[in-house]
Amino acid sequence: MSYHSFLLEPISCHAWNKDRTQIALCPNNHEVHIYKKDGNNWNKIHVLKEHNGQVTGIDWAPESNRIVTCGTDRNAYVWTLKGDVWKPTLVILRINRAARCVKWSPKENKFAVGSGSRLISVCYFEQDNDWWVCKHIKKPIRSTILCLDWHPNNVLLAAGSCDFKCRIFSAYIKEVEEKPAPTPWGSKMPFGEVMFESTGTAGWVHGVCFSDSGNRVAWASHDSTVAVAEGGKTAVCTSLTSETLPLLCVTFITENSLVAAGHDCYPVLFVYDSNKAALSFGGKLDIPKQSAQKGMSARERFQNLDKKATSDTKEAVLESVHKNSISQISILNGGKAQCAKFCTTGMDGGMTIWDVKTLESAMKDLKIV
Amino acid sequence: MSKNTVSDRFRKVDVDEYDENKFVDEEEGGENQLGPDEAEVDSLIRQGNLMGALQAVLKNPPINTKNQNVKDRAEGLVLKVLSSFKSTDIEKGVQSLDKNGVDLLMKYIYKGFERPSENSSAVLLQWHEKALSAGGVGCIVRVLTARKTV
Repeated sequence: MSYHSFLLEPISCHAWNKDRTQIALCPNNHEVHIYKKDGNNWNKIHVLKEHNGQVTGIDWAPESNRIVTCGTDRNAYVWTLKGDVWKPTLVILRINRAARCVKWSPKENKFAVGSGSRLISVCYFEQDNDWWVCKHIKKPIRSTILCLDWHPNNVLLAAGSCDFKCRIFSAYIKEVEEKPAPTPWGSKMPFGEVMFESTGTAGWVHGVCFSDSGNRVAWASHDSTVAVAEGGKTAVCTSLTSETLPLLCVTFITENSLVAAGHDCYPVLFVYDSNKAALSFGGKLDIPKQSAQKGMSARERFQNLDKKATSDTKEAVLESVHKNSISQISILNGGKAQCAKFCTTGMDGGMTIWDVKTLESAMKDLKIV
Repeated sequence: MSKNTVSDRFRKVDVDEYDENKFVDEEEGGENQLGPDEAEVDSLIRQGNLMGALQAVLKNPPINTKNQNVKDRAEGLVLKVLSSFKSTDIEKGVQSLDKNGVDLLMKYIYKGFERPSENSSAVLLQWHEKALSAGGVGCIVRVLTARKTV
Protein backbone atom coordinates (compact mmCIF):
# COMPACT_ATOMS: atom_id res chain seq x y z
CA MET A 1 0.00 0.00 0.00
CA SER A 2 1.13 3.52 -0.57
CA TYR A 3 0.38 6.31 1.80
CA HIS A 4 0.45 9.97 0.90
CA SER A 5 -0.11 12.72 3.39
CA PHE A 6 -1.95 15.57 1.72
CA LEU A 7 -2.71 17.80 4.66
CA LEU A 8 -2.58 18.14 8.38
CA GLU A 9 -6.35 18.60 8.59
CA PRO A 10 -8.90 15.89 7.93
CA ILE A 11 -9.90 15.19 4.36
CA SER A 12 -13.66 15.71 4.50
CA CYS A 13 -14.40 13.83 1.30
CA HIS A 14 -12.74 12.83 -1.96
CA ALA A 15 -13.49 11.64 -5.47
CA TRP A 16 -11.36 10.26 -8.31
CA ASN A 17 -11.59 11.03 -11.99
CA LYS A 18 -12.11 8.32 -14.59
CA ASP A 19 -8.49 7.29 -15.20
CA ARG A 20 -7.50 7.79 -11.56
CA THR A 21 -4.88 10.42 -12.34
CA GLN A 22 -6.66 13.21 -10.52
CA ILE A 23 -8.25 13.36 -7.10
CA ALA A 24 -10.66 16.05 -5.89
CA LEU A 25 -10.76 16.51 -2.16
CA CYS A 26 -11.97 18.92 0.45
CA PRO A 27 -9.32 19.97 2.96
CA ASN A 28 -11.83 20.60 5.74
CA ASN A 29 -12.77 24.06 4.49
CA HIS A 30 -15.04 25.68 1.92
CA GLU A 31 -12.95 24.72 -1.09
CA VAL A 32 -12.30 21.71 -3.25
CA HIS A 33 -8.72 21.04 -4.31
CA ILE A 34 -7.90 18.93 -7.33
CA TYR A 35 -4.52 17.21 -7.32
CA LYS A 36 -2.90 15.57 -10.30
CA LYS A 37 -0.48 12.69 -10.05
CA ASP A 38 2.93 13.41 -11.46
CA GLY A 39 5.25 10.46 -10.99
CA ASN A 40 5.39 10.08 -7.23
CA ASN A 41 4.16 13.55 -6.45
CA TRP A 42 0.76 15.09 -6.26
CA ASN A 43 0.44 18.62 -7.60
CA LYS A 44 -2.48 20.88 -6.88
CA ILE A 45 -3.84 21.98 -10.24
CA HIS A 46 -7.25 23.45 -9.45
CA VAL A 47 -8.97 25.10 -6.53
CA LEU A 48 -12.76 25.21 -6.72
CA LYS A 49 -14.10 28.03 -4.62
CA GLU A 50 -17.82 28.55 -4.55
CA HIS A 51 -19.23 27.03 -1.41
CA ASN A 52 -19.90 29.13 1.69
CA GLY A 53 -19.76 26.22 4.02
CA GLN A 54 -17.67 23.09 4.47
CA VAL A 55 -17.89 20.78 1.47
CA THR A 56 -19.33 17.53 2.79
CA GLY A 57 -19.62 15.48 -0.38
CA ILE A 58 -17.84 15.25 -3.74
CA ASP A 59 -18.59 12.89 -6.60
CA TRP A 60 -16.85 12.80 -9.98
CA ALA A 61 -18.83 11.34 -12.88
CA PRO A 62 -16.39 9.22 -14.90
CA GLU A 63 -18.05 9.39 -18.34
CA SER A 64 -19.33 12.93 -18.48
CA ASN A 65 -16.41 14.30 -16.43
CA ARG A 66 -18.62 16.45 -14.21
CA ILE A 67 -18.05 17.00 -10.52
CA VAL A 68 -20.92 17.51 -8.11
CA THR A 69 -20.20 18.95 -4.67
CA CYS A 70 -22.49 19.62 -1.76
CA GLY A 71 -21.88 21.47 1.44
CA THR A 72 -23.11 22.76 4.75
CA ASP A 73 -24.26 25.94 3.00
CA ARG A 74 -27.33 23.92 1.85
CA ASN A 75 -26.23 24.11 -1.78
CA ALA A 76 -24.91 21.78 -4.41
CA TYR A 77 -22.85 22.77 -7.45
CA VAL A 78 -22.30 20.84 -10.65
CA TRP A 79 -18.87 21.67 -12.09
CA THR A 80 -18.01 21.25 -15.77
CA LEU A 81 -14.55 21.60 -17.22
CA LYS A 82 -14.49 24.40 -19.80
CA GLY A 83 -11.03 24.52 -21.32
CA ASP A 84 -8.82 24.58 -18.30
CA VAL A 85 -11.26 25.96 -15.77
CA TRP A 86 -14.00 24.28 -13.75
CA LYS A 87 -17.24 26.27 -14.02
CA PRO A 88 -19.92 25.80 -11.36
CA THR A 89 -23.67 25.62 -11.84
CA LEU A 90 -25.79 26.11 -8.76
CA VAL A 91 -28.42 23.48 -7.99
CA ILE A 92 -31.23 24.60 -5.71
CA LEU A 93 -31.86 21.71 -3.35
CA ARG A 94 -34.68 23.36 -1.38
CA ILE A 95 -33.31 22.13 1.92
CA ASN A 96 -33.04 24.09 5.12
CA ARG A 97 -30.20 22.15 6.72
CA ALA A 98 -26.74 21.12 5.58
CA ALA A 99 -26.25 18.68 2.74
CA ARG A 100 -24.29 15.62 3.89
CA CYS A 101 -23.52 13.37 0.96
CA VAL A 102 -23.91 13.33 -2.80
CA LYS A 103 -23.71 10.62 -5.44
CA TRP A 104 -24.07 10.57 -9.23
CA SER A 105 -26.33 7.84 -10.55
CA PRO A 106 -24.67 5.15 -12.69
CA LYS A 107 -25.93 6.73 -15.94
CA GLU A 108 -24.93 10.18 -14.67
CA ASN A 109 -28.24 11.77 -15.61
CA LYS A 110 -29.25 12.30 -11.98
CA PHE A 111 -27.64 12.73 -8.62
CA ALA A 112 -28.94 12.35 -5.09
CA VAL A 113 -28.08 14.53 -2.09
CA GLY A 114 -28.67 13.43 1.49
CA SER A 115 -29.19 16.20 4.00
CA GLY A 116 -29.89 17.09 7.59
CA SER A 117 -33.39 18.22 6.60
CA ARG A 118 -34.46 14.59 6.87
CA LEU A 119 -34.88 14.21 3.12
CA ILE A 120 -33.08 13.15 -0.04
CA SER A 121 -33.00 15.54 -3.02
CA VAL A 122 -32.89 13.71 -6.34
CA CYS A 123 -31.78 16.17 -9.01
CA TYR A 124 -32.02 15.85 -12.78
CA PHE A 125 -31.33 18.25 -15.62
CA GLU A 126 -34.33 19.73 -17.38
CA GLN A 127 -33.34 20.49 -20.98
CA ASP A 128 -36.15 22.97 -21.65
CA ASN A 129 -35.26 25.28 -18.81
CA ASP A 130 -31.53 24.55 -18.88
CA TRP A 131 -31.71 24.05 -15.15
CA TRP A 132 -31.23 21.35 -12.55
CA VAL A 133 -34.53 20.44 -10.91
CA CYS A 134 -34.90 18.45 -7.72
CA LYS A 135 -37.51 16.16 -6.27
CA HIS A 136 -37.67 15.23 -2.60
CA ILE A 137 -37.96 11.87 -0.91
CA LYS A 138 -39.30 12.62 2.56
CA LYS A 139 -41.31 9.77 4.01
CA PRO A 140 -40.52 7.90 6.19
CA ILE A 141 -37.11 9.42 6.91
CA ARG A 142 -36.93 10.77 10.45
CA SER A 143 -33.41 12.05 10.75
CA THR A 144 -30.31 13.12 8.82
CA ILE A 145 -29.28 11.03 5.83
CA LEU A 146 -25.61 10.20 6.26
CA CYS A 147 -24.77 8.13 3.20
CA LEU A 148 -26.14 7.11 -0.19
CA ASP A 149 -25.43 4.53 -2.85
CA TRP A 150 -27.11 3.89 -6.21
CA HIS A 151 -28.21 0.52 -7.54
CA PRO A 152 -26.77 -0.33 -10.99
CA ASN A 153 -30.25 0.00 -12.53
CA ASN A 154 -30.07 3.79 -12.02
CA VAL A 155 -33.39 3.83 -10.15
CA LEU A 156 -32.95 2.36 -6.69
CA LEU A 157 -31.10 4.33 -4.05
CA ALA A 158 -29.87 3.01 -0.71
CA ALA A 159 -29.76 5.54 2.09
CA GLY A 160 -28.34 5.22 5.59
CA SER A 161 -29.78 7.56 8.15
CA CYS A 162 -29.42 8.76 11.74
CA ASP A 163 -32.81 7.27 12.56
CA PHE A 164 -30.94 3.95 12.81
CA LYS A 165 -32.28 2.55 9.53
CA CYS A 166 -30.92 1.66 6.14
CA ARG A 167 -33.56 1.99 3.45
CA ILE A 168 -33.77 1.41 -0.28
CA PHE A 169 -35.88 3.97 -2.09
CA SER A 170 -36.97 4.24 -5.67
CA ALA A 171 -35.66 7.41 -7.29
CA TYR A 172 -37.40 6.82 -10.60
CA ILE A 173 -37.70 10.06 -12.54
CA LYS A 174 -40.03 9.57 -15.50
CA GLU A 175 -38.65 12.61 -17.32
CA VAL A 176 -35.23 11.12 -17.80
CA GLU A 177 -35.64 7.37 -17.96
CA GLU A 178 -37.75 4.39 -18.89
CA LYS A 179 -39.66 2.28 -16.40
CA PRO A 180 -37.17 -0.05 -14.74
CA ALA A 181 -37.35 -3.84 -14.96
CA PRO A 182 -38.31 -5.76 -11.79
CA THR A 183 -35.48 -6.46 -9.34
CA PRO A 184 -35.19 -8.72 -6.30
CA TRP A 185 -36.12 -5.67 -4.23
CA GLY A 186 -39.52 -5.33 -5.87
CA SER A 187 -41.22 -4.65 -9.17
CA LYS A 188 -43.34 -1.55 -8.63
CA MET A 189 -41.01 1.40 -8.21
CA PRO A 190 -42.83 4.73 -8.17
CA PHE A 191 -40.76 7.67 -7.02
CA GLY A 192 -40.16 7.68 -3.28
CA GLU A 193 -41.36 4.13 -2.68
CA VAL A 194 -39.58 2.31 0.15
CA MET A 195 -38.43 -1.02 -1.25
CA PHE A 196 -36.61 -2.14 1.87
CA GLU A 197 -36.19 -0.90 5.42
CA SER A 198 -33.80 -2.45 7.91
CA THR A 199 -34.72 -3.44 11.44
CA GLY A 200 -32.59 -4.54 14.31
CA THR A 201 -29.46 -2.43 14.30
CA ALA A 202 -29.38 0.37 16.80
CA GLY A 203 -26.89 2.93 15.63
CA TRP A 204 -26.58 5.68 13.05
CA VAL A 205 -25.90 4.18 9.67
CA HIS A 206 -22.59 5.66 8.60
CA GLY A 207 -21.93 3.85 5.35
CA VAL A 208 -24.02 1.95 2.83
CA CYS A 209 -23.09 0.12 -0.35
CA PHE A 210 -24.83 -1.95 -3.02
CA SER A 211 -23.00 -4.98 -4.40
CA ASP A 212 -22.05 -5.00 -8.07
CA SER A 213 -25.18 -6.88 -9.11
CA GLY A 214 -27.36 -4.73 -6.87
CA ASN A 215 -28.87 -7.77 -5.19
CA ARG A 216 -27.15 -7.14 -1.89
CA VAL A 217 -26.77 -4.07 0.23
CA ALA A 218 -24.35 -3.70 3.12
CA TRP A 219 -24.31 -1.05 5.81
CA ALA A 220 -22.10 -0.12 8.75
CA SER A 221 -23.75 1.16 11.86
CA HIS A 222 -22.55 3.12 14.87
CA ASP A 223 -23.21 0.28 17.28
CA SER A 224 -20.13 -1.48 15.85
CA THR A 225 -22.10 -3.75 13.57
CA VAL A 226 -22.01 -4.50 9.88
CA ALA A 227 -25.07 -5.93 8.17
CA VAL A 228 -25.87 -7.31 4.74
CA ALA A 229 -29.34 -7.66 3.29
CA GLU A 230 -30.14 -9.74 0.24
CA GLY A 231 -33.14 -8.83 -1.85
CA GLY A 232 -35.86 -11.34 -2.45
CA LYS A 233 -39.52 -11.97 -1.66
CA THR A 234 -38.59 -11.30 1.92
CA ALA A 235 -35.27 -9.61 2.25
CA VAL A 236 -32.78 -11.66 4.24
CA CYS A 237 -30.81 -9.60 6.71
CA THR A 238 -27.69 -10.73 8.53
CA SER A 239 -25.61 -8.65 10.84
CA LEU A 240 -22.30 -9.11 12.59
CA THR A 241 -21.37 -7.40 15.83
CA SER A 242 -17.72 -6.53 15.93
CA GLU A 243 -15.33 -6.03 18.81
CA THR A 244 -13.86 -2.88 17.38
CA LEU A 245 -14.86 0.75 17.32
CA PRO A 246 -17.65 1.71 14.89
CA LEU A 247 -16.98 1.53 11.17
CA LEU A 248 -17.60 4.60 9.05
CA CYS A 249 -17.49 3.40 5.49
CA VAL A 250 -18.07 0.11 3.71
CA THR A 251 -17.74 -1.15 0.17
CA PHE A 252 -18.07 -4.44 -1.68
CA ILE A 253 -14.89 -5.60 -3.40
CA THR A 254 -16.40 -8.77 -4.83
CA GLU A 255 -19.94 -10.04 -4.69
CA ASN A 256 -19.18 -11.81 -1.40
CA SER A 257 -16.51 -9.73 0.26
CA LEU A 258 -16.73 -6.35 1.93
CA VAL A 259 -14.05 -4.01 3.09
CA ALA A 260 -14.94 -1.55 5.82
CA ALA A 261 -12.97 1.02 7.80
CA GLY A 262 -13.67 3.45 10.56
CA HIS A 263 -12.56 4.75 13.90
CA ASP A 264 -10.02 2.00 14.38
CA CYS A 265 -7.91 3.46 11.56
CA TYR A 266 -7.43 0.26 9.60
CA PRO A 267 -9.58 -1.47 6.95
CA VAL A 268 -11.09 -4.85 7.74
CA LEU A 269 -12.44 -7.57 5.53
CA PHE A 270 -15.81 -9.28 5.97
CA VAL A 271 -17.03 -12.27 4.03
CA TYR A 272 -20.69 -12.97 3.31
CA ASP A 273 -21.84 -16.53 2.77
CA SER A 274 -25.21 -16.44 1.08
CA ASN A 275 -25.89 -20.18 1.53
CA LYS A 276 -25.66 -19.89 5.27
CA ALA A 277 -26.81 -16.26 5.26
CA ALA A 278 -23.90 -15.50 7.52
CA LEU A 279 -21.46 -12.66 7.71
CA SER A 280 -18.04 -13.35 9.14
CA PHE A 281 -14.91 -11.42 9.94
CA GLY A 282 -12.26 -12.01 7.30
CA GLY A 283 -9.25 -10.24 8.74
CA LYS A 284 -7.52 -7.00 9.50
CA LEU A 285 -6.05 -5.52 6.35
CA ASP A 286 -3.25 -3.49 7.80
CA ILE A 287 -0.07 -5.22 8.79
CA PRO A 288 2.17 -2.93 10.77
CA LYS A 289 5.85 -3.23 10.07
CA GLN A 290 7.52 -5.12 12.87
CA SER A 291 9.63 -2.54 14.62
CA ALA A 292 12.76 -3.76 16.31
CA GLN A 293 12.05 -4.58 19.92
CA LYS A 294 14.72 -2.95 21.94
CA GLY A 295 15.28 -4.11 25.47
CA MET A 296 14.37 -1.84 28.30
CA SER A 297 16.80 -0.83 30.97
CA ALA A 298 15.67 -1.07 34.57
CA ARG A 299 15.69 2.72 34.78
CA GLU A 300 13.31 3.05 31.80
CA ARG A 301 11.05 0.42 33.30
CA PHE A 302 10.88 2.29 36.57
CA GLN A 303 10.23 5.57 34.74
CA ASN A 304 7.38 3.99 32.83
CA LEU A 305 5.94 2.62 36.02
CA ASP A 306 6.13 6.06 37.55
CA LYS A 307 4.68 7.94 34.59
CA LYS A 308 2.21 5.53 33.08
CA ALA A 309 1.61 3.01 35.87
CA THR A 310 2.64 0.22 33.55
CA SER A 311 5.92 -1.38 32.61
CA ASP A 312 4.61 -2.34 29.19
CA THR A 313 7.11 -2.02 26.41
CA LYS A 314 4.40 -1.16 23.90
CA GLU A 315 4.30 2.51 23.07
CA ALA A 316 1.04 4.33 22.81
CA VAL A 317 1.45 4.84 19.10
CA LEU A 318 -0.94 3.61 16.46
CA GLU A 319 0.65 0.95 14.35
CA SER A 320 -1.67 1.35 11.42
CA VAL A 321 -0.91 3.35 8.30
CA HIS A 322 -3.62 5.91 8.97
CA LYS A 323 -3.11 7.75 12.22
CA ASN A 324 -6.70 8.80 12.65
CA SER A 325 -10.16 7.55 11.72
CA ILE A 326 -10.76 6.55 8.12
CA SER A 327 -13.82 8.37 6.85
CA GLN A 328 -14.15 7.32 3.22
CA ILE A 329 -13.25 4.37 1.07
CA SER A 330 -13.42 4.30 -2.73
CA ILE A 331 -12.79 1.67 -5.39
CA LEU A 332 -10.02 2.52 -7.84
CA ASN A 333 -9.74 -0.43 -10.19
CA GLY A 334 -11.87 -3.39 -10.95
CA GLY A 335 -15.25 -2.06 -9.88
CA LYS A 336 -17.25 -3.64 -7.08
CA ALA A 337 -17.09 -7.04 -8.69
CA GLN A 338 -13.37 -7.65 -8.86
CA CYS A 339 -11.74 -4.80 -7.07
CA ALA A 340 -7.99 -4.69 -7.53
CA LYS A 341 -7.21 -1.46 -5.72
CA PHE A 342 -9.08 0.70 -3.27
CA CYS A 343 -8.31 3.98 -1.60
CA THR A 344 -9.00 5.28 1.90
CA THR A 345 -8.88 8.84 3.20
CA GLY A 346 -9.17 9.91 6.74
CA MET A 347 -9.07 12.47 9.46
CA ASP A 348 -5.30 12.45 9.48
CA GLY A 349 -5.24 14.18 6.08
CA GLY A 350 -3.70 11.17 4.42
CA MET A 351 -4.70 8.93 1.56
CA THR A 352 -3.69 5.30 1.23
CA ILE A 353 -4.01 3.13 -1.84
CA TRP A 354 -4.39 -0.55 -1.01
CA ASP A 355 -3.65 -3.31 -3.49
CA VAL A 356 -5.88 -6.34 -3.06
CA LYS A 357 -3.44 -8.84 -4.57
CA THR A 358 -0.58 -7.72 -2.31
CA LEU A 359 -2.85 -7.94 0.72
CA GLU A 360 -3.98 -11.42 -0.20
CA SER A 361 -0.42 -12.67 -0.56
CA ALA A 362 0.88 -10.84 2.49
CA MET A 363 -1.69 -12.20 4.87
CA LYS A 364 -2.09 -15.95 5.09
CA ASP A 365 -5.64 -17.15 5.76
CA LEU A 366 -6.98 -14.10 4.00
CA LYS A 367 -9.40 -15.29 1.37
CA ILE A 368 -11.28 -12.90 -0.79
CA VAL A 369 -14.06 -14.99 -2.33
CA MET B 1 -30.67 44.58 42.20
CA SER B 2 -34.20 44.65 40.88
CA LYS B 3 -36.27 41.73 41.96
CA ASN B 4 -38.02 39.52 39.45
CA THR B 5 -41.64 40.60 39.70
CA VAL B 6 -43.06 38.53 36.84
CA SER B 7 -43.42 34.75 36.95
CA ASP B 8 -40.50 32.79 35.56
CA ARG B 9 -42.37 29.52 35.22
CA PHE B 10 -41.82 29.70 31.48
CA ARG B 11 -38.20 28.79 32.09
CA LYS B 12 -39.25 25.35 33.23
CA VAL B 13 -41.12 24.50 30.03
CA ASP B 14 -39.49 21.66 28.07
CA VAL B 15 -39.64 23.05 24.54
CA ASP B 16 -38.43 19.79 23.00
CA GLU B 17 -41.75 18.20 23.91
CA TYR B 18 -43.52 20.55 21.52
CA ASP B 19 -41.18 20.02 18.58
CA GLU B 20 -43.31 18.46 15.85
CA ASN B 21 -40.26 16.73 14.39
CA LYS B 22 -39.30 15.14 17.66
CA PHE B 23 -37.93 11.63 17.22
CA VAL B 24 -40.01 9.09 19.05
CA ASP B 25 -38.74 5.54 19.33
CA GLU B 26 -40.94 2.82 17.97
CA GLU B 27 -43.07 1.23 20.63
CA GLU B 28 -42.39 -2.44 21.10
CA GLY B 29 -44.54 -4.61 23.32
CA GLY B 30 -42.75 -4.90 26.64
CA GLU B 31 -45.61 -5.81 28.92
CA ASN B 32 -44.71 -9.45 29.12
CA GLN B 33 -41.09 -8.97 30.04
CA LEU B 34 -40.81 -9.80 33.68
CA GLY B 35 -37.08 -10.05 34.03
CA PRO B 36 -35.15 -13.10 35.21
CA ASP B 37 -36.89 -15.61 37.44
CA GLU B 38 -35.98 -14.73 41.02
CA ALA B 39 -36.84 -18.11 42.54
CA GLU B 40 -34.84 -20.04 39.98
CA VAL B 41 -31.79 -17.84 40.33
CA ASP B 42 -31.91 -17.93 44.16
CA SER B 43 -32.11 -21.70 44.24
CA LEU B 44 -29.19 -22.01 41.85
CA ILE B 45 -27.06 -19.70 43.99
CA ARG B 46 -27.93 -21.69 47.10
CA GLN B 47 -26.97 -24.91 45.34
CA GLY B 48 -23.61 -23.38 44.49
CA ASN B 49 -24.28 -23.65 40.74
CA LEU B 50 -22.97 -20.20 39.91
CA MET B 51 -22.58 -20.80 36.17
CA GLY B 52 -26.19 -21.87 35.97
CA ALA B 53 -27.23 -18.87 38.03
CA LEU B 54 -25.40 -16.58 35.62
CA GLN B 55 -27.17 -18.10 32.61
CA ALA B 56 -30.51 -17.92 34.38
CA VAL B 57 -30.17 -14.33 35.48
CA LEU B 58 -29.33 -13.22 31.95
CA LYS B 59 -32.59 -14.65 30.58
CA ASN B 60 -35.59 -12.45 29.87
CA PRO B 61 -33.89 -9.10 30.18
CA PRO B 62 -36.46 -6.36 30.84
CA ILE B 63 -35.35 -4.29 27.86
CA ASN B 64 -38.65 -3.14 26.44
CA THR B 65 -40.67 -2.69 29.58
CA LYS B 66 -41.42 0.75 30.96
CA ASN B 67 -41.87 -0.60 34.45
CA GLN B 68 -38.93 0.70 36.45
CA ASN B 69 -39.51 -1.79 39.30
CA VAL B 70 -38.96 -4.73 37.02
CA LYS B 71 -35.72 -3.21 35.82
CA ASP B 72 -34.51 -2.48 39.35
CA ARG B 73 -35.34 -5.98 40.52
CA ALA B 74 -33.47 -7.48 37.58
CA GLU B 75 -30.43 -5.32 38.24
CA GLY B 76 -30.42 -6.27 41.93
CA LEU B 77 -30.62 -9.95 41.06
CA VAL B 78 -27.76 -9.71 38.58
CA LEU B 79 -25.63 -7.91 41.13
CA LYS B 80 -26.32 -10.67 43.64
CA VAL B 81 -25.16 -13.33 41.20
CA LEU B 82 -22.07 -11.37 40.16
CA SER B 83 -21.05 -10.77 43.77
CA SER B 84 -21.35 -14.43 44.68
CA PHE B 85 -18.70 -15.45 42.13
CA LYS B 86 -15.14 -16.03 43.32
CA SER B 87 -12.59 -13.72 41.62
CA THR B 88 -10.88 -16.64 39.94
CA ASP B 89 -14.14 -17.95 38.48
CA ILE B 90 -15.18 -14.69 36.83
CA GLU B 91 -13.22 -15.40 33.66
CA LYS B 92 -14.81 -18.81 33.28
CA GLY B 93 -18.19 -17.27 33.80
CA VAL B 94 -17.65 -14.79 31.01
CA GLN B 95 -16.32 -17.50 28.66
CA SER B 96 -19.52 -19.47 29.13
CA LEU B 97 -21.55 -16.68 27.56
CA ASP B 98 -22.19 -16.17 23.86
CA LYS B 99 -21.78 -12.82 22.10
CA ASN B 100 -25.23 -11.56 22.98
CA GLY B 101 -24.73 -12.71 26.54
CA VAL B 102 -21.53 -10.69 26.86
CA ASP B 103 -23.30 -7.60 25.46
CA LEU B 104 -26.15 -8.05 27.91
CA LEU B 105 -23.75 -8.59 30.82
CA MET B 106 -21.94 -5.36 29.90
CA LYS B 107 -25.27 -3.51 29.91
CA TYR B 108 -26.02 -4.76 33.43
CA ILE B 109 -22.49 -3.86 34.56
CA TYR B 110 -22.87 -0.27 33.42
CA LYS B 111 -26.33 -0.11 34.94
CA GLY B 112 -24.74 -1.25 38.17
CA PHE B 113 -22.10 1.47 37.94
CA GLU B 114 -24.87 4.05 37.87
CA ARG B 115 -25.93 3.31 41.40
CA PRO B 116 -22.93 2.16 43.40
CA SER B 117 -23.52 0.46 46.70
CA GLU B 118 -21.24 -0.96 49.42
CA ASN B 119 -18.99 -3.28 47.52
CA SER B 120 -20.61 -3.33 44.12
CA SER B 121 -18.10 -1.22 42.22
CA ALA B 122 -15.13 -3.42 43.00
CA VAL B 123 -16.96 -6.56 41.90
CA LEU B 124 -18.35 -4.85 38.82
CA LEU B 125 -14.92 -3.59 37.82
CA GLN B 126 -13.51 -7.11 37.93
CA TRP B 127 -16.39 -8.33 35.77
CA HIS B 128 -15.93 -5.35 33.47
CA GLU B 129 -12.30 -6.22 32.85
CA LYS B 130 -13.12 -9.80 31.90
CA ALA B 131 -16.12 -8.84 29.79
CA LEU B 132 -14.00 -6.26 27.98
CA SER B 133 -11.40 -8.82 27.01
CA ALA B 134 -14.19 -11.05 25.68
CA GLY B 135 -16.33 -8.46 23.95
CA GLY B 136 -13.85 -5.76 23.02
CA VAL B 137 -14.61 -2.06 22.80
CA GLY B 138 -17.44 -2.87 20.38
CA CYS B 139 -19.33 -4.32 23.31
CA ILE B 140 -19.07 -1.04 25.23
CA VAL B 141 -20.08 0.93 22.11
CA ARG B 142 -23.23 -1.19 21.95
CA VAL B 143 -24.05 -0.33 25.56
CA LEU B 144 -23.69 3.35 24.74
CA THR B 145 -25.73 3.26 21.54
CA ALA B 146 -28.54 0.99 22.69
CA ARG B 147 -31.86 2.83 22.55
CA LYS B 148 -33.62 0.38 24.87
CA THR B 149 -31.52 -0.98 27.68
CA VAL B 150 -31.93 -2.88 30.93
